[in-house]
Amino acid sequence: MGCGATKSNELQLKKYQRGSIGVPAMRAALLIQRWYRQYVARLEMRRRCTWHIFQSIEYAGEQDQIKLYNFFGYLMDHFTPANSERNLISHIFRENEICRDIEWERYFCYKNIEVPELYSGPHLSFPLTVSNVADLVEAFKNKQQLHTRYVLQLLLESWKLLRMLPNINQVSTCQTKEITICGDLHGHLEDLLLVFYKNGMPSVEKSYVFNGDFVDRGKDSIEILLILFAFMLLYPNNVHLNRGNHEDYIVNLRYGFTKEVLGKYRLHGKKILKLLQKIFSWLPLATVIDQKVLILHGGISDTTDLNIIAQADRHKYVSTLRPPKRRWVASGGNSTAGRHKVNGRMDNSLQRHCSLAYNSPLRSRYNFQSRSMQNFSSKVNLAVEEELKEQRRMAGLSQSYHDLRSSLSSDSDSDNYETYEDDSNEWKQIVDMLWSDPMPQDGCIPNEVRGGGCYWGPDVTEKVLRRHNLQLLIRSHECKQEGYEFCHNRKVLTIFSASNYYEVGSNRGAYIRLGPDLVPHFIQYQANRSTRELTLRQSVGETERSALRALREQLFAHKSDLLYAFQDYDTDNTGWISLKHWATAVEAVLRLGLPWRVLRSQLVTTTQDGMLDYQGWLRELPITEPKTELVQQSLLETMYKQRSNLETIFRIIDSDHSGLISFEEFRQTWKLLSSHLKMEISDEAILDMAVSIDFNKDGSIDINEFMEAFRLVDRTMNLPSEPNHTKTDE
Amino acid sequence: MADKESAEAVISEIHRRIAEAFNVFDNESSKSVDVREVGTIIRSLGCFPSEAELHEMIAEVEEEEPTGYIRFEKFLPAMTKVLMERKFRPIPKDVLIQAFEVLDQEKKGYLEAEELKKYMTQEGEPFSQDEVEEMLSAALDNKENVIFYKDLVSKMTFEDL
Repeated sequence: MGCGATKSNELQLKKYQRGSIGVPAMRAALLIQRWYRQYVARLEMRRRCTWHIFQSIEYAGEQDQIKLYNFFGYLMDHFTPANSERNLISHIFRENEICRDIEWERYFCYKNIEVPELYSGPHLSFPLTVSNVADLVEAFKNKQQLHTRYVLQLLLESWKLLRMLPNINQVSTCQTKEITICGDLHGHLEDLLLVFYKNGMPSVEKSYVFNGDFVDRGKDSIEILLILFAFMLLYPNNVHLNRGNHEDYIVNLRYGFTKEVLGKYRLHGKKILKLLQKIFSWLPLATVIDQKVLILHGGISDTTDLNIIAQADRHKYVSTLRPPKRRWVASGGNSTAGRHKVNGRMDNSLQRHCSLAYNSPLRSRYNFQSRSMQNFSSKVNLAVEEELKEQRRMAGLSQSYHDLRSSLSSDSDSDNYETYEDDSNEWKQIVDMLWSDPMPQDGCIPNEVRGGGCYWGPDVTEKVLRRHNLQLLIRSHECKQEGYEFCHNRKVLTIFSASNYYEVGSNRGAYIRLGPDLVPHFIQYQANRSTRELTLRQSVGETERSALRALREQLFAHKSDLLYAFQDYDTDNTGWISLKHWATAVEAVLRLGLPWRVLRSQLVTTTQDGMLDYQGWLRELPITEPKTELVQQSLLETMYKQRSNLETIFRIIDSDHSGLISFEEFRQTWKLLSSHLKMEISDEAILDMAVSIDFNKDGSIDINEFMEAFRLVDRTMNLPSEPNHTKTDE
Repeated sequence: MADKESAEAVISEIHRRIAEAFNVFDNESSKSVDVREVGTIIRSLGCFPSEAELHEMIAEVEEEEPTGYIRFEKFLPAMTKVLMERKFRPIPKDVLIQAFEVLDQEKKGYLEAEELKKYMTQEGEPFSQDEVEEMLSAALDNKENVIFYKDLVSKMTFEDL
C-alpha cells in the first residue's frame, strides 16, 4: 500500500471541514490528476508498443521475402540438368514471353471483349473525358467494378503514355502554382477519396505527385491504380506517378495485389496482371520540382547519381528484386538480323561475367543480394537456355537505342563488359531508390531489415543533395504515426498517405502541399470516421488487440524454438522459469527487438511468484482450427512459419493463375524448401500432408484453401484470428 | 517477488526494464528521447509522480544547457534510484475514491461533467483543455451524462496491469 496511508489520513482529518472546499478539494484534485495522468501514460506506452509490434513484424516479413530469394539462389546452386525439379524452377525464372511492342498491343486486345447490357458500372470512352473519370471515381465510391474491357483499354493507353515519359519527371511550380504530394496508398481507397475530398481532384489547376506503393495490403489496389492512371491520362502534365517497391509483380504475389486482381477478375485477371508487370516497369522513378525538390519512393545511397538514373532503361527492371537480364545471353537465342554475336564471343563474356560476379566491388556491401541474385542468374541463363530457346527472349523487351547501338558496334566485347558493370550499377541505383530507409547515424550500410537497398545517414543526404543542387528530399516507404516525419535536419521528409495502415486507429495519413516557396504544408487525416469518436482507451484497445494477436501468431510459429530456449534456462527441469529469463529467451528466438518486459503483462497472464510454467503457456498460444488434421504437429508448425513463403512460391508455380497446384508441384516445393531449412522429411509424410490438405479430394491443392488451413484460433481471446492477407471482394 | 538472486541481478533487471521503456520512445536509436516523453516513460514504469515531482526529476536529468532531449546515460541512474527507493508509489483504490468523495460534496455518488471539469481545470495541477476532454469522454456515462466515479476507478485500475 506504500505511502498512500498518509494521504488518506489527511483527507479523513479534513472531512469535518466539508463545508469549506479549499484545501481538501485541492488535495483531492491533485490526487485524481496524478492518477489520471499515470493512466494516460500507460495507455500511451501501450500505443507505442503496439506500433513497434506492427512495424517489426512488417519488416520481418519483408526480410522474409528477400530470404525467399536467397532460397531461390540456393535452388540454383543445386540445379543440374538432370534434376527433375528443373521445370519447377524454370517457372520461377521465366520472364515475360511476349516482348515486342506490336505483340503487346495485340495482347492487350480488348476489342473482342463485349460489355454486356447488364453491366451497370461506368463506361469509358477514349480519349478520356473529365466526366468519364468523375464517373469512374463515383463508381468506385459505390463499390462498383470496372469492366475488363475498359480496364484493358485504360491500361493500354496508360502504357502508351508511360513509355514516353522520362525516368525522372521534371515539374515546375510556375505553371501549376501548388503541387500536392501523396505517399503510400497501399490499396486504401478511402484514403485516396478522402484526399480528393479535402484537397480537390487532380486538374490543370491542381497538380499531384503520387509517390509509389499504390497497391498491396489494402483491398482496393486495382481501383486506386485505375483512378491514378485515368487522371494521368486526363492531365498528363499535372499528374505524376513514381514507382514504389510494391509496383513489382513478385512483391505483389506475396502482399495481396495478385490475389485481389485474380479474385475480382476471374476470367481476365491473369492477363491484367501480366500487363501490369510491364506497366510497372515503365513507371518513372522520380520527380523533381523546380530542380530543387527530389521526390522518390524509398531513398538514396551514397552512390546515388541522378545522371545515371536518368539514362537507364528503366523498363528492364520488371522486378527490382531481380538483376537485369543479360543482353549477351539474349542474343544467343535470338536470330534477328543485325545481331552478330557469335558463340565464341559469348563464351568470353560468360567467363568475364563469372569472374566479375565474384570480384564485384558491390559484393562486400551487398552480400545479402549479390550472393544469390548475381551468381545464379548467369548460371541459370546458361542451363535453362536450351529449354527456353524456342521462346522469345527478353532481348525484345530491351529494344532500346542502347541495345541497337551495342549490337551494331564492332567492338561488342568491351561493350559487354561495360554492359555488365553498367547494369549492376544501374540496378543498384534503382534498388536503392525504391527500398532504402534513412537512419540517424552517418554512413551508408546495407538495409538488412528489408533485405534491399540501404540505410543512409545525414551525411549522405548532404552529399547527394549538394551533388545535384537540391534542397529537399521527399520520400515515402515507411509508415509514420502522424502521416509524415522530418529527419536529417529537415532535409528528408517522409510522407505516408495510408491511414490506419496496421490497424484501425494505428496512424494518420497525410499529404503535402508545396507552393513556389517550396515550403511543405501538411494536411493530416484518418479514414474511418468512427475512430475519431473512440476514446483514447478504446482506440488503443482495438489496435493493441490486433497487434497482440499478430504477436501471438509469431510466438506460435516459433513454438519449438521457444521450448528449447526455455528449457535451456530450466536446468533443473522444474517446468518453471523466471520472467526475466522468459523475456531474454523470447527475444533471442524471435529477434523482433520488442520491449518484452513492457509487453509481458499482456502476453503472460498466469505467473506465480515471478515464475512461469512455460509449457502451459506455450500450450495456451493460438492453435489451428480443427479442420486441419495434419499428420505431424512439428510439420504443421514449420509450415505455419513458412506459410507466406509457401504462398508466394505456389503463386509463382501457378503460372496460369488457376489457383491450383498439383500434388507433384506441392511435393517438389516442400521438399526443396525443407532441404533448404535442413529439415528431414520423407516423401510419404509430404504426400500424407498433401492428401490431407486436398480438401476437394480432386488431386490438386487449392492455394487459398491451403492458406485457410492455417487459420488460427486465439485461445486467449476466444476469437478466430484474421488471416494475414487481404480478402478479395467477392 | 520471489527472486532469490543477488542484488546485482535485481539491478541489472531493473536496468533492462528502464532501457526497454526508454527505447520505445527512442525512435532514431539515438539513445535520447524528447523531454516531453519522459513523463510517460517514468509513469509507464509504475510510478505516480505529480507534475511538480516530474519537473524536478527532469531538471535532474537534463543537460546543463537544455537541448530538449534527455539522454539515456543520465536517465538510467536517476530512474534506477526512483525504482529502488520506490518513490512515487501508486495510489490505492480506496484513497482515490475518497478523493472523489471529497469533490462530491452532496454525496450523490456521482459527479456532473461540469463539476469535474471545473475541479480538474481549476484546482491542483490543472488539466489542459485536451486532457479534460479526453477524461470526460472516457469517464462519462452516456445515458446519464454524469461520472460514476466508483465504477470509473474500478474500470481504470483493473486495466492498469
